[in-house]
Amino acid sequence: MTIVLPILLPMGMGALSLLLWKRPLAQRVLAVVSCAALVGVNAWLLMDVQQVGVRVVQIGNWLAPFGISLVVDVLSALLLLTVAVIALVVTLYGQVGIDEGRVRSGYYPLLHFLLMGVNGALSTGDLFNLYVWFEVLLMASFVLIALGGGRENIEGAVKYVVLNLLASTLFLSGVGLLYNLAGTLNMADLARQLPTLQALNQVTLVAILFLIAFGIKAAAFPLFFWLPASYHTPPVTVTALFSGLLTKVGVYALLRTFTLLFVQDVAFTHTVLLVMAGATMVSGVLGAAAQTDFRRLLSFHIISQIGYPLMGLGLFTQASLAAAIYFLVHVMLAKTALFLVAGMVERLQGTFDLKKLGGLYTRRLDVAVLFLLPALSLAGLPPLSGFFAKLGLVKAGLAQGQGVLVFVSLAVSLMTLYSMTKVWNEAFWKESPAQLMPTRSLSPWLWLPTAALVLLSLWIGLLPGPLFALANQAAELLLHPELYVRAVLGGVP
Amino acid sequence: MNKPRRVLQRSMMLPVATRYLMPLLLLFSVFLLLRGHNEVGGGFIGGLVAASALMLYAIAESPAALRALLPVAPRPLVGAGLLLALLSGLVAVASGKPFMTGLWIKTPLPVLGKLGTPLLFDVGVYFLVIGIVLWILLTLAED
Repeated sequence: MTIVLPILLPMGMGALSLLLWKRPLAQRVLAVVSCAALVGVNAWLLMDVQQVGVRVVQIGNWLAPFGISLVVDVLSALLLLTVAVIALVVTLYGQVGIDEGRVRSGYYPLLHFLLMGVNGALSTGDLFNLYVWFEVLLMASFVLIALGGGRENIEGAVKYVVLNLLASTLFLSGVGLLYNLAGTLNMADLARQLPTLQALNQVTLVAILFLIAFGIKAAAFPLFFWLPASYHTPPVTVTALFSGLLTKVGVYALLRTFTLLFVQDVAFTHTVLLVMAGATMVSGVLGAAAQTDFRRLLSFHIISQIGYPLMGLGLFTQASLAAAIYFLVHVMLAKTALFLVAGMVERLQGTFDLKKLGGLYTRRLDVAVLFLLPALSLAGLPPLSGFFAKLGLVKAGLAQGQGVLVFVSLAVSLMTLYSMTKVWNEAFWKESPAQLMPTRSLSPWLWLPTAALVLLSLWIGLLPGPLFALANQAAELLLHPELYVRAVLGGVP
Repeated sequence: MNKPRRVLQRSMMLPVATRYLMPLLLLFSVFLLLRGHNEVGGGFIGGLVAASALMLYAIAESPAALRALLPVAPRPLVGAGLLLALLSGLVAVASGKPFMTGLWIKTPLPVLGKLGTPLLFDVGVYFLVIGIVLWILLTLAED
């Protein structure tokens, strides 16, 4: 039962928010309570799964592979918890960060349905069901971008939805081909059947379709351009939520399918992944170098950071997968925190333009520190969380003899540091331009959740042991798909 | 110069026909809903038929007249439908079975047939679909 709760809780709360449509305050309170409860449920789930390994529920008591299975292993549970924490922080921040107009046009029901989609995608064990959850989160996020109705919002939303619908179509085609080949879409059953099929080429074709589809969703090279085109249009609260959740679900789908299903031709598929990883890192960071808008710059860094977990997946060893999972959690926390800080800076000085910002270091030391910690963590400086994540990836890469990719990833880290230094110099360090608006005050609703998130990010860096142990356990499960298969199919021969 | 005649002359046919058609269509939608579990029909198609019957009224009279006719506004209907569907799945959990397991009463009732949680789920879908379709169409019609 517990593993259905991460889906049911947001669904019920979304329905309740619809009933409370005309009472914004009640919706706000409900959202905070619901996200806090979600953190509790998912933390409990993680502790449970840590003991058992894999938890399964056969929905409607229809046995696998005929019904839909929900499967939560350590990887899913870890990401579920991270998602819930980010949702809670962003909802608290949104008490001030989301204006009354957006709440009145349905921000909170959409937020709940978005969470339902993300949680569903993270915990399903069926490929078609995964497609459905992707659609749920796509629709919810599409409306969240478009909400507010400005020309810019609609433009961003259309770019976002067109590319993502293309990805969904490709994914669905892949699902169709796979069903034609194996006659099942239950992931555990597929994992059992694919190695016995005499159709390696067709399976590889499906693998590439999935790679492109999830690659678009994860904003990996070469189809990442929808992200910087759309992420800077909604309020920063929404961007922060998206940066923490959406592309990461794409990465999760890649992690799941390319360890469970498509492992017949690793020499080919995972080499493609490695090339994609390198290209994603470089193109993201180069794109960021050209930006002078705080949010656009951070959006390009989302892309660049997606390359690192892909690198871990492509290397395909336990150490590299563990590092990739650790990295994923680290980047979800750090990236969301950076966007929230960007929102605070905008509140203080009324713009995202780095040229017009300035002087925040002398006036708001607290905000400067809140920016600096996740920024340096993103660049990978010790003793912050990004350092340990990248160290793990570099070690795994060298062990596999991928010297070039390791060099690329280190060079990109250096470029990230350059980029973060640029923001620091422009927004915080340099003298404030003369025509600057007077520094406004900052609500604790903005300050406290951001500080809590930065502290959490700091904590997993200073004490990386527990999280690394979890990531390692998750990676071990990923490399032993037979455990997953046995948990889902049980006694079925 | 002659004044142009009023183009939008309200036809009598549609309102009169609607007066007879709407109750029939609504009844038909309930028939589809109840028939749905083993035969063609179900909450989704039943909801669509009911929503189109109501929209027929809105076209024949006016969107405002439909709003006055509805006992519940479309938006709460969506929320209630979702909650009902959710509840139908939770019944099984309360009796110790996996989420959404179908539970049926032992003896069939006259007319309605066998009752069970899948029917409750379908009723939820029925309300949800009516709510969504009316929400979208009335918003467009009143814009």
